[in-house]
Amino acid sequence: MARTEPGPSDDDQGREVAPTAATTWSGEDRAVARKGVAVGLAAAAYGISYGALAVAAGLDVWQTCVMSLLMFTGGSQFALVGVIATGGVAAGPAAIASAAILGIRNGIYGIRVAPIVGAGRWRRLAAAWVTIDESTAVATTQSTLRTQRIGFWVTAVSVFVGWNLTSLIGALIGNALGDVRTYGLDAAAAAAFLGLLWPRLRQLQTIAVATAAAVIATVTTPVLIPGLPVLVAGIVAVIVGGFNWFGSRNPQPEPPGIPT
Amino acid sequence: MTLWLIVIIASLACLSLKIAGYLVPASFLEKPAPARIANLLTVALLAALIAVQTLGAGSRIVFDARLPAVAVAALLLALRVPFIVVVIAAAATAALIRAVF
Repeated sequence: MARTEPGPSDDDQGREVAPTAATTWSGEDRAVARKGVAVGLAAAAYGISYGALAVAAGLDVWQTCVMSLLMFTGGSQFALVGVIATGGVAAGPAAIASAAILGIRNGIYGIRVAPIVGAGRWRRLAAAWVTIDESTAVATTQSTLRTQRIGFWVTAVSVFVGWNLTSLIGALIGNALGDVRTYGLDAAAAAAFLGLLWPRLRQLQTIAVATAAAVIATVTTPVLIPGLPVLVAGIVAVIVGGFNWFGSRNPQPEPPGIPT
Repeated sequence: MTLWLIVIIASLACLSLKIAGYLVPASFLEKPAPARIANLLTVALLAALIAVQTLGAGSRIVFDARLPAVAVAALLLALRVPFIVVVIAAAATAALIRAVF
């Protein structure tokens, strides 16, 4: 939209951080936007499996959709549905705890992406709502603040729209679909997360942390309640990062999203 | 406790946790150690999630069609195949294995 009004207005503030169609996008900008849309499509693919599993667990279509709209964090949604599927409404406290424990990592992501998102109360509230594995992963693997912002918002909106649409579809056709594992939709979620992690596995330190975290999460899964293994694995990052084990001697290039 | 109450409480809890992250002052990440830890945390949590989603079934560890599917995904990622193709190939691998065995 062309701005023809002369003089400054409040609306102009921060216009550059929310690129409009009139803003010229470089090839790099378009590449990260394409990636964000692709991530949204992938999330949409396993949104079907969430919707189908939720209905199979006893949730109605409205409850299934409210979770996707309000909670909007796939891991927690799968966890809650999984606990309800095995324990019913009586397992409510455990289901809430599992969802919340898995949701803690979004809070950690928020600390990391807040500087990328920028200032403004409403923008930050909207950003917090859509701060999830996907938007964080795409944003933090970009090399400039501009592409980080584009990556965050394009991914966030793509995943939000795709996930909510296919949650609804999954809930509506879930019973007709049968077991979603027949279509490999459970593997799609794991593969998508691997695709998000992949660009980070360049330095020895991140490879070491990723490997150790995966092993710890696997080993603790049989002994801890759902959700906890993922958080316990996060301790690896605190220890390795705190002591800078496996860190390069040269200071790592600081992520550009962080003002220095 | 009704199903609706569970859904609403859990949703609000998850949303509150997201907002809480944004309330941590930005200066927290200006020091090298917290910045490094915050970066490594996203890596650790993603890796842990992949492990749980590939091998977990409730509170059990199961080796099934998901493992070869994720292995195929890793191979394709190493070959720089586009993201969406990787996800579809992984789902197809798991579906194929389950259809055959």
